[in-house]
Amino acid sequence: MATTSLPGVGLLKGLGVTLKHLFKTPATQLYPHERPDLPPRTRGVIALMEENCTVCMLCARECPDWCIYIDSHKETVPPAKEGGRARTRNVLDRFGIDFALCMYCGICVEVCPFDALFWSPEFEYAEYSMDLLLHEKGKLREWMDTVPPPPALDAGAVIPAEVSDAIAKAEKELEQAAQQAEQAAKQAEQAKAGDAAPKAAARADEPKVEAGEIDQETYDALIAEGKSERIARSKAKAAYVKKQKALLREVASGAGREDEAAAEAPAPKAAEVHVEAGQIDQETYDALIAEGKPERMARAKAKAAWVKKEKARLREEAESGGDAAQVDTPAADTAEATPEPEGAAGPAADAPAPAEAEPPAEPQKKLADVHVEGAGEIDQETYDALIAEGKSERIARSKAKAAWVKKKKQEQLDAGGDE
Amino acid sequence: MILDTVLTTSTAMVAQTAGLLDTDSFLVSMLLKVALVIGLFLSLPLIVGYMEHKAMARLQHRRGPMFAGPAGSLQLVADGIKFIQKEDVIPRAADKWVFAIAPGMALVPALLIFFVLPFGPGVWAADLELGLFYALAITSISVLGVMMGGWASANKFSLIGGLRAAGQLIAYELPLILAAIAVAVQAGSLSLVGIVESQATFMVAGTDINVWFVFPQILGFTIFFVAALAELSRPPFDMPIADSELVFGYMTEYTGLKFAMYLLTEYAGMVSMSALMVVLYLGGWQILPGVPLPGCEAGGGLFDCGVLGTLIGVGVVMGKILMLTFVMVWLRVAYPRLREDQLQRMSWLVLVPLSLVNLAVVAVAKVVF
Repeated sequence: MATTSLPGVGLLKGLGVTLKHLFKTPATQLYPHERPDLPPRTRGVIALMEENCTVCMLCARECPDWCIYIDSHKETVPPAKEGGRARTRNVLDRFGIDFALCMYCGICVEVCPFDALFWSPEFEYAEYSMDLLLHEKGKLREWMDTVPPPPALDAGAVIPAEVSDAIAKAEKELEQAAQQAEQAAKQAEQAKAGDAAPKAAARADEPKVEAGEIDQETYDALIAEGKSERIARSKAKAAYVKKQKALLREVASGAGREDEAAAEAPAPKAAEVHVEAGQIDQETYDALIAEGKPERMARAKAKAAWVKKEKARLREEAESGGDAAQVDTPAADTAEATPEPEGAAGPAADAPAPAEAEPPAEPQKKLADVHVEGAGEIDQETYDALIAEGKSERIARSKAKAAWVKKKKQEQLDAGGDE
Repeated sequence: MILDTVLTTSTAMVAQTAGLLDTDSFLVSMLLKVALVIGLFLSLPLIVGYMEHKAMARLQHRRGPMFAGPAGSLQLVADGIKFIQKEDVIPRAADKWVFAIAPGMALVPALLIFFVLPFGPGVWAADLELGLFYALAITSISVLGVMMGGWASANKFSLIGGLRAAGQLIAYELPLILAAIAVAVQAGSLSLVGIVESQATFMVAGTDINVWFVFPQILGFTIFFVAALAELSRPPFDMPIADSELVFGYMTEYTGLKFAMYLLTEYAGMVSMSALMVVLYLGGWQILPGVPLPGCEAGGGLFDCGVLGTLIGVGVVMGKILMLTFVMVWLRVAYPRLREDQLQRMSWLVLVPLSLVNLAVVAVAKVVF
């Protein structure tokens, strides 16, 4: 290729290229003094979203360096609803990544099916000792705070199903909360208007206990039993709420009883009535199971509740409405304490204390007693509604089944009432 | 030999023009001159070195030194301190005396050139009648230091580097001197101050437009510049060092202060060669052709310019030196190293004939116009 240009032109071109660079901003980054200008997806360090990890071990198995260490144990989770099967769940005990071995290939992040591993652009974790480069799950969880948000969706992209589901759920919860608040306001108004002062006081005091604190005793006991920290904490919270409620009720009912004791002779003690144990209070049992209590505990408590209920009933009969107010107070409490099917799955603080569950309102008791055959059928209406809401097929089916049973029971009850 | 000749002749020579440092007291003027020369010799290479660091970095899209002193300006001082702390290693097989003397042998001629270089109106140590001859002769001595170092290191890389340096210096001495002779012919003087003076009065033939010698002798200037680069072993003519082939050429075995002396020689050489080019081709301390320094309009137009004029004159010379050294750095960044045979071919087959032609043309023109 013969060039037609004059000799030496190439030399001048070379000079021109270098001279151009003289007037450009240097590319050097003043790293230790200024943060380096890293691309957002930089592979700096691997962060662990511990809550998402299901101990599937995929990352550890795919790791070419075998630098991920995972330990776990299984825990039994009581069935979420009546008649369900207890499930096992993996609980993460240890998750360590040895960054002295890691070659930053990112396969673990790629392979994680539950979005538990992420790249963080942080890179300043050099150590003087090699063993300090083994980051355990606490440290890996801290790196999570430095993970940048995922890149924005393209314009016009469909919102991912999990996101739209979460939005719908949040909206629904907000609605429910608003309704509940409305109801509470109405009740408060009624209570004010009515002159049954002790009743209202008891009711107002009863269910509202702030969650957040934990019952140290329960916590310690669970930890000593070898339960994981998280489980112990949540159970201890529930125990605290329970205790607080019991305390409040005691104070309220104690005050009411003293007033009446001054006027009339003391009512016969519940213990005076003899009741045979053996049957269980289905309502209490269901509520406890729904709360996630083990089957044995629920049964025992339900038995106690039945005995208590029976006693109350017997006493009522004996007194034959002599002092209605005295029996009325616990009854009113119970009506409110009856667990609603949806709320049972919510946090422990929202669920009413089951030990206090006392004779429920009449129709509900009947409803529970009715037996319905044929659990294989489903309520198509409920099913469709749930599917439309974006619920998974399995959930929709089970809920629809439950709805069908409920409906049948109601029907039978209505028919019985007519007869 | 050359040194002896020059020194004996120079004692016999009469200083052409008295500089500012020539006082009635011989001792005082001697001290002042030594102070001037040593001061410039120790400061100018550092300034040029810093400029090279920075300019090279920016030309390569980097920042260069930043932390030693303001904007990294004390980087070379820090380097010097580092060199002092280094262990002075002498190879067991080395010829110890020659090995130890060689860096000094290279350094001293670089220092001696500064005695004749005019750095401004009246700012020189000595204005010798044979100043140009002295300067060129002294420059050639440096190669002795390089060859001594290459031989005494008892290292094949050093030896090859030293031999390459010798071959290169011989090859490029010739065009360098021939180009300089053409200037001397045109100026009618071998005194560096005289050459500057003659440029102030040199007119384009037939007009009264004052020009520097770079205009009629652009070819000579180019030859001189290229030859000077090769004399200094600056890239793209750094075959004696050629890090990719010879480790570090004749400097391979040197450490610490001795290594620093070789480096200082290189930078001092850049300064002195640039200063020579300023004097020979770029009109010395004139700001522009035909524009005298402020305060110089009286007193012959070039000397005795008063304080302000002298300072400006020195500044002009320094500016021109820095510009020329910048071009050297620029070439270093832009061009790859030549091959040894290309280097020799370029000298003997291109530069020497061209410089002879240049000399002939200048001589004829001198007679004709």
